[in-house]
Amino acid sequence: MEKFTTLTGVAAPMPLVNVDTDMIIPKQFLKTIKRSGLGVNLFDEMRYDREGNEIADFVLNKPAYRETEILVAGENFGCGSSREHAPWAIKDFGIRCVIAPSFADIFFNNCFKNGILPIVLPQEQVDLLMSDAEKGQNARMTVDLENQTITASDGIEISFEVDPFRKHCLLEGLDDIGLTLEKGAAIDSFEAQASQARPWV
Amino acid sequence: MAGKTLYDKIWDAHLVHEAEDGTSLLYIDRHLVHEVTSPQAFEGLRMSGRKVRRPDQTIAVPDHNVPTTPGREDPANMTEDSAIQVAALDKNAKDFGIHYYPVSDVRQGIVHIVGPEQGWTLPGMTVVCGDSHTATHGAFGALAHGIGTSEVEHVLATQTLIQKKSKNMKVEITGKLSPGVTAKDIVLSIIAETGTAGGTGYVIEYCGEAIRDLSMEGRMTICNMAIEGGARAGLIAPDQKTFDYVQGRPHAPKGAQWEAALNWWKTLYSDDDAHWDKVVTLKGEDIAPTVTWGTSPEDALPINATVPAPESFSGGKREAAARSLDYMGLTAGMPLTDIEIDTVFIGSCTNGRIEDLRAAAEILKGRKVKDGMRAMVVPGSGLVRAQAEEEGLADIFREAGFEWRLAGCSMCLAMNPDQLAPGERCAATSNRNFEGRQGYKGRTHLMSPAMAAAAAVTGKITDVRELSATEAA
Ligand code: SF4
Repeated sequence: MEKFTTLTGVAAPMPLVNVDTDMIIPKQFLKTIKRSGLGVNLFDEMRYDREGNEIADFVLNKPAYRETEILVAGENFGCGSSREHAPWAIKDFGIRCVIAPSFADIFFNNCFKNGILPIVLPQEQVDLLMSDAEKGQNARMTVDLENQTITASDGIEISFEVDPFRKHCLLEGLDDIGLTLEKGAAIDSFEAQASQARPWV
Repeated sequence: MAGKTLYDKIWDAHLVHEAEDGTSLLYIDRHLVHEVTSPQAFEGLRMSGRKVRRPDQTIAVPDHNVPTTPGREDPANMTEDSAIQVAALDKNAKDFGIHYYPVSDVRQGIVHIVGPEQGWTLPGMTVVCGDSHTATHGAFGALAHGIGTSEVEHVLATQTLIQKKSKNMKVEITGKLSPGVTAKDIVLSIIAETGTAGGTGYVIEYCGEAIRDLSMEGRMTICNMAIEGGARAGLIAPDQKTFDYVQGRPHAPKGAQWEAALNWWKTLYSDDDAHWDKVVTLKGEDIAPTVTWGTSPEDALPINATVPAPESFSGGKREAAARSLDYMGLTAGMPLTDIEIDTVFIGSCTNGRIEDLRAAAEILKGRKVKDGMRAMVVPGSGLVRAQAEEEGLADIFREAGFEWRLAGCSMCLAMNPDQLAPGERCAATSNRNFEGRQGYKGRTHLMSPAMAAAAAVTGKITDVRELSATEAA
C-alpha cells in the first residue's frame, strides 16, 4: 500500500450531507474486475451530463479544483454500499484525504486499506476548512499525519485524532494481510479451540 | 461487573487477539462471496501466492449483476460485463475450492437470502460478505458485517477480520403493530427517527414485543436495513422461532451436534444488567405504513403525511432536502398519497422472501395493475421462486400484470438491464432510494411489499389499509 505521510494540495469543498457511494461511483462502473482506472468516473452522475460532457458548475470540474487532493465534505460521507470502488475512484482521481464531520463506517475502513486518510473533525472546524477550500487553488492545505495536524492556507492549525494502529499502517504503507499472517499461530490455536467448543460450525 | 450484551458475547467467543489499543482480530465463521466485490480480492490472492484458508466456510453465489430473464445459463444471453464477472466467479470458486451456487442451480439467489435458506447462517456466528446488507444475518443472532474488497481478501487469506469493538445500542419496539403494518414499516420508522448516521459506531440490537412477534423473515427485513441507519450490524436475540427456522436446513447441525448447538444458542441474549451506550424506544402502536419521499432512507414518513418543506430542516440537511425534492420532482406540502407511480419493483434481500411475495399477492388477488404500469417481481432465490409457483402466487402476479422474473438483485441496484429510465418513478420494496440507485435519474419510493402492490393497482402511493377494505373485483 502507498504510504501517507504529509500532503500539501488543493482542497475542494463539498458541503452536501449523506454523500453516498452510489454518488461517488455509480454502479455501472462496478463491472470492472480491476481496481484501477476509476478516477475518470468519480462522482460520474454529478460530474457529466448524459452525453458525457462535463457539468461546468460541479466542483471538481472547475479550473481551480481539477487537481484536488483533499476533499472537505458534509456529514455521513460515504454512506451506502460497501463497494471499495468508491475509495479506489477517489484515490485514482488523486484525492488522498477526505475531511468530514462524520463518515459511514465501511467507507471509513475502506479508505485506510487504500492509503487514503479520512479525518473526522467537529462541524465548526469542518466549516472553517470548508471556507478555506472555497478560496480555490491558491488555498492549499497541508495534512501532516505524523503530527496529526491540518494547516489551512492562512496558517491556522487544526489537530485531529487518528487510530494509532491505522496511523502506523498508513505511515509505513503496511499491508493488513501480511500483519495478520504474522499472528498465524494465534489463529491456529483459536481454530483448534473453537472446533472443540463449537464443533457444529 | 455489568452483564454482557448479545454483541459482547458473540464478540468474546470469536476474539483471536486484542492489542493494547483495542485493535482486535476476530475469527470469521462464514464468508459469503458474490461476483461484484470479489474479483479483485481473488486476484490479490493469486498475485501474492496465497490460498483461501477455509474454503469449507466460504460460499459464493452470483447475484448482483446477473440477468433475471430466462436463458441466462448461457453467457451469450448476458451483457458482456455480467458474463465476465460471472465467469470470474465460476473460475475463482473452482480454483479455490469454495462452495458455489451457479446461476443454473435452483438454490442460486441473493446472497443474503441463500445463506439463511441453506442453513449457512446460524445463531452466534460471525458472518461477513463484501456487501453492506450482510447485516441481514443478524436476524439469527449472528454478528454479520458488510466488508470492503480488501477485507474480503483479508478474510479469504486469514479467516479473520481486523476490528475495533463497536458500542452497544438498543432499539426497542414495544407493544403490538396495527393491522397492515409490517417489518419494513418498523425499520423505515426507526431510520426516520435516528437518521442514516444515527447508528454509526454502534451494533444495534433490536428487541421488544413487536420484534419478538415478527417471523424470521420479518426480522431479516429489520436487520437488513441496520446499515441504512448507519450501524454496521444489527442483531436480534435467537429464540424458538429462530431454532425452528434453522432446524433441518442443509447446513444446520444435526443429532448430537444440534443439541450441543442449541445449548449454546440459548445463552445468546443480552443480560438484564448489560450496559447500553444508546437506547431508542418506539411504540409499535404508533407505527403506520411508511414510505420514503426523498433520496435518503431517513426521508421516510407515515403514509398520511405530506412532502416536507426543506425549511423544516436545519443545517446541511436543508440543502440536501431541497436537492432531494428537486431530484424527486415533488413539491413541499403535497400529500404522499398524491404521488403517481410508473413502475413497481418487488424483490431484493430486504423483501424478496416468500412471506413478502405472499403479502403482495394477497393484495393483487383478483386485481390488475393500473394501465401502463410496469411491474415486476424478482424472487430472492430460485427456491423462493419455486415455492411461490407451487403456492399459486406466480399465477396471481402474472394475472395481475406483473412480470415474473428469475432470482437476483435486479432493479434493487440496477447493475443489470433492469433499470429505471430518467424521471421514471418506482415504488420499490428494496432498501435504497439514493439518486440514480435504480437507474440514472430514476426516482425511488421505498415501502413494504403490500404497499408496493397497492401502488401497482391504483397507480399512486396508496395506504394499503384502505385498499384492503375495498373488495377486489
Ligand atoms: S438485493 Fe440489493 S441490497 Fe440486497 S444484496 Fe442485492 S443489491 Fe445489495
